[in-house]
Amino acid sequence: MSPTARNSLNVLSPKERMKVPRQAMPEQAAEIRAHNFEEVNLGYSTELAQQEARRCLECAKPVCTDNCPVGVKVKEFVELIVAGDFLGAAAKIREDNVLPAVTGRVCPQEDHCEGNCLLSKKVKPLGIGYLERFVADYEQRMGNHVLPRVQATGKKVAIVGSGPSGLTVAGDLIQKGHKVRVFEALHELGGVLVYGIPEFRLPKQIIRQQLDYMREMGVEFETDVVVGRTVTIDELMKEEGYDAVYIGTGAGLPQFMGIPGEHLNGVYSANEFLTRINLMKAYKFPVYDEPMLDLHGKSVAVIGGGNTALDAIRSALRLGAGKAYVIYRRSDAEMPARAEEVHHARQEGIDFQMLTAPVEFLSDGKGWLTAARCVRMELGEPDASGRRRPVPKAGSEFDLPLSVAVIAIGTSANPIVQSTTPGLGTNKRGYIEASEQTQRTTRKGVFAGGDIVTGSATVILAMGAGRRAAKSIHEYLTTGEW
Amino acid sequence: MFKIIHAEFLAPGIKRFVIEAPRIARKQQPGQFVILRIYEEGERIPVTIENSDPERGTINIVVQAAGKTTNLLNSLNAGDSILDVVGPLGRPSEIANYGTVVVIGGGVGTAMAYPTAAALKRAGNRVVSIVGARNKELVILEKEMRAVSDALMITTDDGSYADKGFVTDKLLQLIQNGTRIDLVVAVGPIVMMKAVAELTRKEYIRTVVSLNPIMIDGTGMCGGCRVMIDGKSEFACVDGPEFDGHRVNFEVLVQRNAMYRTAEQKSMEEFKRNREPDHVCQSQGVQP
Repeated sequence: MSPTARNSLNVLSPKERMKVPRQAMPEQAAEIRAHNFEEVNLGYSTELAQQEARRCLECAKPVCTDNCPVGVKVKEFVELIVAGDFLGAAAKIREDNVLPAVTGRVCPQEDHCEGNCLLSKKVKPLGIGYLERFVADYEQRMGNHVLPRVQATGKKVAIVGSGPSGLTVAGDLIQKGHKVRVFEALHELGGVLVYGIPEFRLPKQIIRQQLDYMREMGVEFETDVVVGRTVTIDELMKEEGYDAVYIGTGAGLPQFMGIPGEHLNGVYSANEFLTRINLMKAYKFPVYDEPMLDLHGKSVAVIGGGNTALDAIRSALRLGAGKAYVIYRRSDAEMPARAEEVHHARQEGIDFQMLTAPVEFLSDGKGWLTAARCVRMELGEPDASGRRRPVPKAGSEFDLPLSVAVIAIGTSANPIVQSTTPGLGTNKRGYIEASEQTQRTTRKGVFAGGDIVTGSATVILAMGAGRRAAKSIHEYLTTGEW
Repeated sequence: MFKIIHAEFLAPGIKRFVIEAPRIARKQQPGQFVILRIYEEGERIPVTIENSDPERGTINIVVQAAGKTTNLLNSLNAGDSILDVVGPLGRPSEIANYGTVVVIGGGVGTAMAYPTAAALKRAGNRVVSIVGARNKELVILEKEMRAVSDALMITTDDGSYADKGFVTDKLLQLIQNGTRIDLVVAVGPIVMMKAVAELTRKEYIRTVVSLNPIMIDGTGMCGGCRVMIDGKSEFACVDGPEFDGHRVNFEVLVQRNAMYRTAEQKSMEEFKRNREPDHVCQSQGVQP
């Protein structure tokens, strides 16, 4: 792509580019989508994509790339869209990101590339996520992958967990010629992308396509292996001949609040609720065997303000919930969920009970949930997280009738790998200790990244850790130096 | 796919399968279990490992038909395959030389108690085993339990075999006879484990029970298997399945295990209907 060609295609001056409005993402109407699991966002057409791409200011120093955890060359791929070379754009993204169709959908771009877009100083930022999704989907439709051919190095790497972080490591290392095998505990590949994120935000077909692509590149997968139980890290290295191991086991054990009534029937962790729906297809019961409680006409609440909370409550709505609440103890400003998801959820009719926290779950006396006793909060001084601490308001207690409550307040470290790998250092909270630059753990040849190192974070941050790990695993395998 | 090498009924409705699962066979320890899924639309259910053969690369599982999945499983035979088998899951039994250990197996729980009894025997304990069942036909693994026990007692609820009564009657006899008991291990129906724990609590005898809550992933991720231990949540799949019986809230376990009863019944009815020879399959994907 020569500068001349580019200039001839994007003839708009910077001022003119700023006058082009950000192209809206076509989406399913809220009143329709609230009753189905089809994707909410429908994707840009070619015209919309090119129109949006022309808004790029082509900064000399693209801060978008600097702020991308995996370093996608935004300016370059957007230029290729303007030029009409969509497959070229896809290939450009793939140099840095093995899951563009996924990140194009679920990455919080507002915190990374788009949040730093120069356009956003005056107008709305470039729709980088929407453009990424467009090229990834275009590439998929064309089925025109350019598979890299590389010389085999003879080195073997085991990857523990097939979530976004593990897949990133696998994708990067296979392109360096290493033999890569990914071990997954569940029966389906994709980790949180399949058990956690619902169909309406990330269709499972997208993940299957990305996995097929990785298989074509030569990545091997083995499901039904719980590393730490089925085989240990030491056995993988000593007996199965792996030269390096990457641990990307992800978000761990769901946290509960420790309030009375959490054991009642009808109280779920978000992980269980979403796993039943996304992985086990309980909403297709009895065609699928895994059951879940019937939500038709029922009052359902999720406790928490993150993306997982919104995924859970929007799923409940789609399963027929008559009332769907988000109970969050702080205010809108502190909500960790993506703005787009909150907006979508409000459009769909989710009732947000802000500055509210449950203090007890009440039962019918036979073990079934009937209500959450809640208290209203007000915000006090900032706490350790820098967010203002919610403080209960005296005398504000009230009972919210509920059939189902879903607790989405985060996770703590899963101990299985750590407890079965001698010498693997962990921090106070039980997460694996790993260098922020190299993702090396305290064990030679063992690397770790993603939520099992940082605690719950995002898909893109896990992928960023995967990129750094792949780079340092490659260095280690090449030099043998630790 | 995990191939079934051999399958045989141990009792009406209780079937033992020998399954090719080399990785699991190598690692299995007493007290652990597997989770399996028979086919694509199937649910994941935890199942007892009765034994394993690391050299042949096989595990033995024992299944009692109760709902749709277990009935379907029990219709499989040698040569058939199970889509997914994952494990061994859960923490292994704590095996040490305690002295005298009473191992209690109730019904199909005997299959879970057996490898623990065998390991305790190998560790030098005096193993006194009590096997209980509803009736003669449902007494399983008698020969196996006898082989690893210094003494074996059997009870049937209806007296159709051995002594009429419950396992707790035998345990009480042992206590009343002044037998020194250093540990009790009880695996079986919740009511049985609860009764055992209540009996031993008064006698200050350490008691381990193996819990069987509803589970999905079995790795700690979903939290569905949470049980109440000393008033706090613990996960049976990563913290258990064995717990100190005196700290377990059995009422909560019974209540949580009933969570999907309506759906389970519906599944079972549909399953039975589909089995009728002239039935034309017409699942409609309706909600429970």
